[in-house]
Amino acid sequence: MAVIDLANPTRFLKLVERLLPWLALATAVTLAIGLQQALSAPDDYQQGATVKIMFIHVPNAWLSMFVWGVMSLSALGTLVWRHPLADVSAQAAAPLGAAFTFLALVTGSLWGRPMWGTYWEWDARMTSVLVLFVMYLGLIALWRSVEDPSRAARAAAVLTLVGAINLPIIKFSVDWWNTLHQPASVLRAGGPALDNAFLIPLLIMGVAFSLLFVTLHLAAMRNEILRRRVRSLRMMQAAQGAA
Amino acid sequence: MSALGALLRRDIRVALRVGGGALIGMLFFLTVVVLMPFALGPDLALLRRLGPAILWLGAMLASLLTLDRLFLADSEDGSLDLLVMSRTPLELTCATKAIAHWLAAGVPLIVITPALGLLLNLDFSATAAVALTLIAGTPALTFTGMIGAALAVTLHRGGMLLAVIVVPLSIPVLIFGVAASTSAITGSPAFGTPFSILCALSLASFVIGPVAAAACLRQRMD
Repeated sequence: MAVIDLANPTRFLKLVERLLPWLALATAVTLAIGLQQALSAPDDYQQGATVKIMFIHVPNAWLSMFVWGVMSLSALGTLVWRHPLADVSAQAAAPLGAAFTFLALVTGSLWGRPMWGTYWEWDARMTSVLVLFVMYLGLIALWRSVEDPSRAARAAAVLTLVGAINLPIIKFSVDWWNTLHQPASVLRAGGPALDNAFLIPLLIMGVAFSLLFVTLHLAAMRNEILRRRVRSLRMMQAAQGAA
Repeated sequence: MSALGALLRRDIRVALRVGGGALIGMLFFLTVVVLMPFALGPDLALLRRLGPAILWLGAMLASLLTLDRLFLADSEDGSLDLLVMSRTPLELTCATKAIAHWLAAGVPLIVITPALGLLLNLDFSATAAVALTLIAGTPALTFTGMIGAALAVTLHRGGMLLAVIVVPLSIPVLIFGVAASTSAITGSPAFGTPFSILCALSLASFVIGPVAAAACLRQRMD
């Protein structure tokens, strides 16, 4: 089925109804395996059991950036191809992205307390994630400040794309401003620095969280389509009442 | 009385719905606090010392930002004229609108203060002190700000004019708010004195604000 066939919301809803149970099942299974693997992973010789926070923290941090990527693609879909579902996708993804970013911040903060002795440190990576969180909230605020969803979509799409261009610049300038956080250790030149005992559960958890995002995203898109239908029905009703 | 209750409920509901913008103040507060370390540097000891001042400045700017919504939307759709002409005393109407505005836009600022205190490395007692002074002081910001909002809507000039009018009026609140929260951290001078003055400012503005705003709004009808 081509992407263009899904432009029909009814067809899309039918597909979602068929896919959602399977996706939810796959998410639950991978999450269960990932959690079991994470819990049975050995303690770190320096960090002890707190290292297990990593298995929740890192997938959240990955997704916090991945969701902005999804929203940027949707924004292109809105602005370039005028795909009717693109703005639904962008709107549904924004709160999810904010939630993943928030969880990354909270778990990072809980991890930082025993490790660095402080809940919060204005170090470069944490700060840029916080800026990302503020940008998500700003985007949600933009969605919420315009009543007509299709008009809000255009504005939000422009802001999303500007954000996508600006995020690396923000990241770079914040890095220049301060650094304390350990550098990236999975995706780097010369292979991952993590031992397999940590890497495998982490990757499973990454997959599980990505599946969780896809499931929640599709469900949120379905809800948004239904919400917009209810809205237009109410508008029609009000227009009839006024006539 | 029931008319005022209905007005209170309506204003809160409008502020929290889509397009209301009450929660944008909260987001602005967060943004101001996030900006400060970029300008001051990430030194936690410095941030801890400046924390109460940063939080107070942020809360003040955020409450200023949402003030123009107090009368502007009602003025645009004509409901302000009805409120002015209704049998309920305009002073009480203004007071109710300000209370609704404080509940919808001021209380969220106080709610996120603990999280922002964490970002600025404030310990529990300091955060509690700032939150307490904000509870005592933000009503004064709203009620004195209401005068500016009424003036701005009378002259059909919002935004910057409002800020220029209101900021000087709020200076005492800022002084005693920061003084009270700093004294709660350092222990000198006594917490009670500035805090009592802060409460007194709020209570006085509760009387002066609605009367002055009502006078401005009546003048608008001429």
